[in-house]
Amino acid sequence: MNELQELYREVILDHNRQPRNFGEIENADRVVEGVNPLCGDRMTLYVSLDGEQVRDIRFTGTGCAISVASSSLMTEKAKGHSIDELRTLFDRVHEMLTGDGTEADVDLDEMDKLAALSGVRAYPTRVKCATLAWHALIGAISGSRDRISTE
Amino acid sequence: MSAVGNVASSARFAGIAARRADFPALHQEVHGKPLAYLDSAASAQRPQAVIDAMVAHERRNHANVHRGVHQLSQRATDAYEGARERVSRYINASGSDEIIFTRGTTESINLVAASFGKMRLEPGDEVLVTWMEHHSNIVPWQMICEQTGARLVAVPITHTGELDLEAFHRLLTDRTRIVAVVHVSNALGTINPVQDIIEAAHKVGAVVLLDGAQATPHMRIDVQALDCDFYALSGHKTFGPTGIGVLYGKRALLDAMPPYQGGGEMIRTVTFEKTTWNALPCKFEAGTQNITGAVGLGAAIDYLSGIDFAEVARHEADLLEYATERLSELPGIRLIGTAAAKASVLSFTLGDIHAHDLGTVVDMEGVAIRTGHHCAMPVMEHFGVPATARASFALYNDRGDVDQLVTGLNRAAELFL
Repeated sequence: MNELQELYREVILDHNRQPRNFGEIENADRVVEGVNPLCGDRMTLYVSLDGEQVRDIRFTGTGCAISVASSSLMTEKAKGHSIDELRTLFDRVHEMLTGDGTEADVDLDEMDKLAALSGVRAYPTRVKCATLAWHALIGAISGSRDRISTE
Repeated sequence: MSAVGNVASSARFAGIAARRADFPALHQEVHGKPLAYLDSAASAQRPQAVIDAMVAHERRNHANVHRGVHQLSQRATDAYEGARERVSRYINASGSDEIIFTRGTTESINLVAASFGKMRLEPGDEVLVTWMEHHSNIVPWQMICEQTGARLVAVPITHTGELDLEAFHRLLTDRTRIVAVVHVSNALGTINPVQDIIEAAHKVGAVVLLDGAQATPHMRIDVQALDCDFYALSGHKTFGPTGIGVLYGKRALLDAMPPYQGGGEMIRTVTFEKTTWNALPCKFEAGTQNITGAVGLGAAIDYLSGIDFAEVARHEADLLEYATERLSELPGIRLIGTAAAKASVLSFTLGDIHAHDLGTVVDMEGVAIRTGHHCAMPVMEHFGVPATARASFALYNDRGDVDQLVTGLNRAAELFL
């Protein structure tokens, strides 16, 4: 696998071409806007909750392949999970995207499709493209903020 | 491209190989490919002569300027003021006291907005900018307008990325106090008809500031011939170091303006009752300045003084034409900014590939381009794109750099389209 294919894995290209859960949710419980001021990436995340459970989650916006694929993969993974589970998942994804990779601190097999995002670790300028959706997720399930910025 | 064309162009630009050799940073590999540096509009590389001048100053002559009676302070002062002299002669100011050293174009504009703007603007007055301004020629005016009650008015641009001159003349009124216009657009490459703008503005009694950050790498500037009131430029776009820039201002205006920042150097006498200001240019240079930066800028000016800008203009026009032609062959390409008068800047989108993905893919081919909104969000809004990729060509680029860019873009197309 060459360097580019390591970053732009088939899963990422696929989710960029056909983002899952793309669109709005009417009367969503939580709506969070995420921006990456550096790139101009912009996404809006819609979350419907069933108590502590994410019943539905969708997103809209524009961004690079990494950012769109990350949003798509995130929504796919988050649906049906509890807020607590998603907090744990966030920590692990964050570690996977930003960790130095010297320790096997994240079991990539367990991450399933999300492991495809791990290629950004080698591209410090692109890490924020991948983390934007996840910060938006945390903002949404915490209900504390309605605007998330990577800067 | 015909063989005849190649021969003709290589003969015409025989000087390019020698010029490339002057810039050490160009001669390296990136991701195993020779570097094609096409991001000079963000920051140009420096010739060895600039690096040498700065190192020599640091090694032998560093001391504070205008302060000590000792030998090193004298040498440092001579070097610093010598740089000011060079800038003054290079842009044909009427004297070196009209040259204020700043951190860069951004600070130069902020200085004029904060000092001249504060002095001149009243509620109901207008500051005229354009839709193609860099944020640094929008935000300082917005801030001073908010403080003074003046209004910021923006001249629209056309679908080719040229200034809508009809609108300019309509929006230029007797309420206009300041016209702040970019000489060459960083996002589009458009060269504005600044001579006409200045003449028209002066007729209504407005002063004109030109943002020259992108102009100085491509052309010789003559501020007296232009008759602009202020001209702002950056060292690092002009093959010099970062952290140093210039504000040129007409003496009468600078003399009338209040200081921008207070501190040492800018005063004549200080008592707790009253402080009097130093003469130009020191009035606007509070605190210890970027002395080594000024030395580097002086060396860059020396370097540029030995260059035939008519030849540079032909070379860059050839590169722009070649790049425009090669990129236009790519399916899905959209060129953003197709003004008739254009510097060697090529902004584009490719299919629906996001600019950042393009940037990463061509980087793998050793090609450095800028991707994003180029600090010109209104331009992006006008063209309805969130971001563009931008290749900018300087006097040291060649057709090989363009070919490498095209290879990279083809690779991106294979991956994404």
